[in-house]
Formats: sequence, structure tokens, C-alpha cells
Amino acid sequence: MSRVTSAQKAEQPSFKALLWRWGAGPCWALAALLTWWLPDGDDFPDTTLLAGLFLACGVVLLVLAALKRLRYWAPWSAVLGLGLGAWEVVQAKFLLLPRPFFGTPQDLLDVFLTDWKRLGDSLLHSLLLLLIGYGIGACVGIAVGMALGRSLRFRYWVRPIMRVIGPLPPVALLPLAFVIMPSTRLAGEALMALSAGFPVAVLTWSGVAAVDPAYYDVARTMGAKDRFLVLRVALPAATPQIFVGLFMGLGASFSMLVVAEMLGVKSGLGFYMQWAQGWAAYPNMYAALLVMALMCTSLMTLLFKLRDYVLRWQKDGLKW
Amino acid sequence: MVKTAATQPALKPLSLHIDHLNHGYEAQGAMRPVLDDVSFDVAPGEFVALLGPSGCGKSTLLRLIAGLEVPLSGTIEADGREITGPGPDRIVMFQDPTLYPWRTVEENVTLGLDIHKKRDPKIVRDALQLVGLEKDASSWPHQLSGGMAQRVALARALVNNPRMLILDEPLGKLDSLTRLTMQGEIRRFWQKRGFSALMVTHDVEEALLLATRVLVFSPRPARIVSDRPIDLSAEQRHRDDPHVIALRRDILEQLGHSNDW
Ligand SMILES: Nc1ncnc2c1ncn2[C@@H]1O[C@H](COP(=O)(O)OP(=O)(O)OP(=O)(O)O)[C@@H](O)[C@H]1O
Ligand SMILES: [Mg+2]
Repeated sequence: MSRVTSAQKAEQPSFKALLWRWGAGPCWALAALLTWWLPDGDDFPDTTLLAGLFLACGVVLLVLAALKRLRYWAPWSAVLGLGLGAWEVVQAKFLLLPRPFFGTPQDLLDVFLTDWKRLGDSLLHSLLLLLIGYGIGACVGIAVGMALGRSLRFRYWVRPIMRVIGPLPPVALLPLAFVIMPSTRLAGEALMALSAGFPVAVLTWSGVAAVDPAYYDVARTMGAKDRFLVLRVALPAATPQIFVGLFMGLGASFSMLVVAEMLGVKSGLGFYMQWAQGWAAYPNMYAALLVMALMCTSLMTLLFKLRDYVLRWQKDGLKW
Repeated sequence: MVKTAATQPALKPLSLHIDHLNHGYEAQGAMRPVLDDVSFDVAPGEFVALLGPSGCGKSTLLRLIAGLEVPLSGTIEADGREITGPGPDRIVMFQDPTLYPWRTVEENVTLGLDIHKKRDPKIVRDALQLVGLEKDASSWPHQLSGGMAQRVALARALVNNPRMLILDEPLGKLDSLTRLTMQGEIRRFWQKRGFSALMVTHDVEEALLLATRVLVFSPRPARIVSDRPIDLSAEQRHRDDPHVIALRRDILEQLGHSNDW
């Protein structure tokens, strides 16, 4: 439906839509002009390069506008260009905000130009730590949740443990984990798995518990055994809930990642940020923060894509 | 038109021996009886229709025969052996379609074959054709109407090549025209495969057109009120036939419907 309406709109764009579309490029050009033309308030690196980058963005946006590819994101692009320009003017040209806590755009650019290797390395380390911990936590969580939902004996023994350990913020276990695990990395891994695993297990359990018993009856009268009932009936029936748990678990493991890297693991974006703050290298901290935000949103997007595929049988779902 | 028989061997139909069956449910602390001393036999290849007022316990009886519940007292024997649980020799089509929403129509129909790792697209296609849904094979259940979902459930039951088919109001949600077609298909399928069949229905005429025998139950707790064979020829199985009309009046009376309209 929305496709049809946007196509109709595209045939007759309103004046306002046209203004946004063709205005986005010039906004970036304006930012480029100000960056290049106004004198810097201090000795900043890469000012010309930054102006060039702004200009390049402006040109790309104009090309996209000409190709009619810039529609939905046109207002955002325009405002982003203006915002970056304003930041440049306020901080790099007139030095209005306290330094060095507030950096300039070229400071940030400089970090990426000079320190990209360490940033990239930190990103890789964080990703690895996160994916292993989260992956293990998610798998164990689903298995535990299924067992809780299907086996009375398992539930008898495991539920009390879950009730005591579960609500405890996994961060509270950090000091203990650093002591009992052979390496801080393993400790971080374990806590990440725990913080992801708990919500996944609880939501999987509730999903399995809510499965319509008639679904089991249908399969059982056809001769299905337990294995089929668990893997081919309970599991798919519980997937909507399992994904809720996977999303909560992903959020929890993001926090766990940062805390673990700031407090013990000697690598990754959290460690980088901690280090940058220690040396008052605020631009580096902002750069790491930006990279981390991009990493988190990319992983979230991936998980949403996976969910949209796995749950394509559902009538509708939330769009990320 | 029905080619399913070509790919699946016809199995020996199941016989049933039900003896002094009693069942009930706990409700508000008291036992509420649902089945009251029900006894009857089903000979191999018989098509038995079960009629009774709503809520009398017909679905409960079917669940017991399917082995999904254990009776409070009494026994059910299939081919002389007591039923201890569900088994693929007795395939049930439930009152609610209960299709799996995460499987397409086609995948729902293939369920029974999946369970025994014997996927066969041809059998599935034939079953879908039988219920007139071959064009909807790749739809999701939420895209179906109530009647379509019920027909998918019928196809899902048929692919299992059961020795006894247990149908709980299989055509309850269909319009009268599709209903007529489906009645014909079920009867032809039964004649071709020769399985035993138990069918609950609210439609006396449907029972008379399809079954070789009709059991009428009392209101809850269900007791057998009458048990009559329907000895009608194929030509007589027609809604305007005087035999059918007379039988219908009789049975409606037993169900508590006086013919004063
Ligand atoms: N799980 C249950 N717990 C308690 N009571 C039940 C349960 N299942 C069925 N009953 C009761 O048993 C009685 C018979 O139910 P059943 O579903 O067998 O009726 P039915 O003859 O199939 O009715 P209908 O024709 O409306 O489908 C009903 O009064 C119902 O309330
Ligand atoms: Mg019923």
C-alpha cells in the first residue's frame, strides 16, 4: 500500500518536497564554503580536507536528487549538513564551547585519519567478544527455555536457580568473574553469555508455555514423538517470543560489553574509550562512541532482518 | 479425479470395540460427567456418523478414541488391542483447523509425511486438489478463510493414509455448495480407500448421505440413544429421497426437535 502512495507522490512532488530534495546538496555546499572560507579559531588539522568532504557530500546529494533517488532522506540530509556546518562554525571558527571537552569536526576527522588502525582493531575485538558471548548465550538460553517449558524435572531444579541469579544485574558478577575465570577475556565472554542468555531463556520459556496444546495434539495423532514436538512444533510456535528475548539479550550484552571492556578486558572499543578519557583525548572518545553506535545499530538491524525473514508467516511486525 | 490411491497402498481398515466408557471433567471441585456408559463397536470399513446436541461430549469421545486422553473407566480397543495413546493408524481431523501458522498450506498438508520422513509432493498435491486448494499451496494460514482452513485440515488428515479416519465436524464452516462437493469427495475417497470412519456432524442430512450407520447421543452426559444402520443404495443417498426424508425426521425427533415447523 505505502509503495503505491509513494509512487503516486513521486509523479507529482509538492513544492516542499522539491525544495528538500534540491536543497540538501546546497546545504552541504554551504557547510563546505563556511569551513573553507572562515578562518580557524585555533590551529586545527585537516580543515581543507573537511571542506572538501562536505563539498563531495553536497555533490553526491545533488546527483542523487537529479536521479530522483533522494526522497525519504532528503530532509534528514539537509539538516545533517546544516548541523555539521553549524558545529564547525561554532566550535572551530568562534571557539564558543569549552575545549577540549567539546571537539571540532576536524578533530574527529583527524582521529579517523590517524588512528583508524587502532579503532578498527578495537572494533574487531569488541565484535568478536560480543558475537561469541551473545551467540553462546542465545543458544544456551533457547535450549534452557525449551527445557523449562517442556520438562517438569528440569523446571524443578533450574527454576529456583533462575529466580535467584536471573534478576541480579550480570555486572554485579564482574569482580567475581575476573577472579574465578582464567582470563579477563573469558570472564567477559561468560558474563556476556549470561546477560544475553537470561532474557532469551525466560522469553523462550514463556513462548513454549503459551503454545496452543492443540498444536501438539495434531502432531501426536499423526505419530509424532517428543523430538518432533520440541523441534518442529514448540520451537517454531515460540519464535515470536524468542525473538523478543533475543532483542532484549542483545541490548543487555551491549551494556555488558562496554562495562567488561572498561573494567578488565584490555581491548575493544570500551577499553579504547577508557584510555582516551584517561589521556583527555576527547576526539578519540567521540570517534569510538560513533563507531560503537554504528556497530550496535548494525547488529540490531541484522537481527531485525533475521526476524523479518524467520517470522515472515506473521501478518505484521514492527519495523526497525 | 482422485489419484491419491495410486501412490499409497490401501491399508486394512481398523476395527473398534468400545466397552462401558465413562468420562468426565473436574469443574468447580465437582466431577462433571460427560460420557455415560458408552458402548459400541465399529466394524472394519464402516462409516459411522455421530449425532448429538452441542456440548454433549462428541469431541470428548473422539479424543478418547484418538488416545489423547485416558477414560475414567471402560476400555477402547482397536483391532482387539487396548488404546494407550495416539497413533498414526487413527488420524483425527479436529473441530478447529489448528493449522500451523508458520507453515504454508502445502507444508501443513505434508505434516504427517514429515513426521515419518516420507515427504511426497505428489500425495500432497493430490490431497490439495481433492479439497480444491491446489492454487493456494503456498499461502500462509492467516491468508485463508475459515472454510479454506478447514479444507486444508481435511487434506492434512487425508495424506496420512489412515486405517481409521476420525472427523470432528469436518465441513462445519463451509458454504452449502462447497459442502456438497466435499461430501461427495469424502464419500468417494472412503469408497476408494476403504478405511473405517467416524464422523461427528450437526447436519443430519450429511450423516445420512455419507454414513453406513448413525449413532445418536443424548445431551450431556452423552448416552447412546439410538444406533441404526443406514442401508441405502447410492441412488437413494440423495436429499430428496423419501427414505432419507423419513430417516431425517426420525433422527431429528430423537435429538429433541419436534417437526412442528
Ligand atoms: N478440558 C475440559 N475441561 C473441562 N470440561 C471440558 C473439557 N473438554 C470438554 N469439557 C466439557 O465436556 C462437555 C463436552 O464437550 P465436547 O467438546 O465433547 O462437546 P461436543 O459434543 O463436541 O460439542 P460441540 O458439538 O459443540 O462440539 C462440555 O460440556 C465441555 O464443557
Ligand atoms: Mg465438538
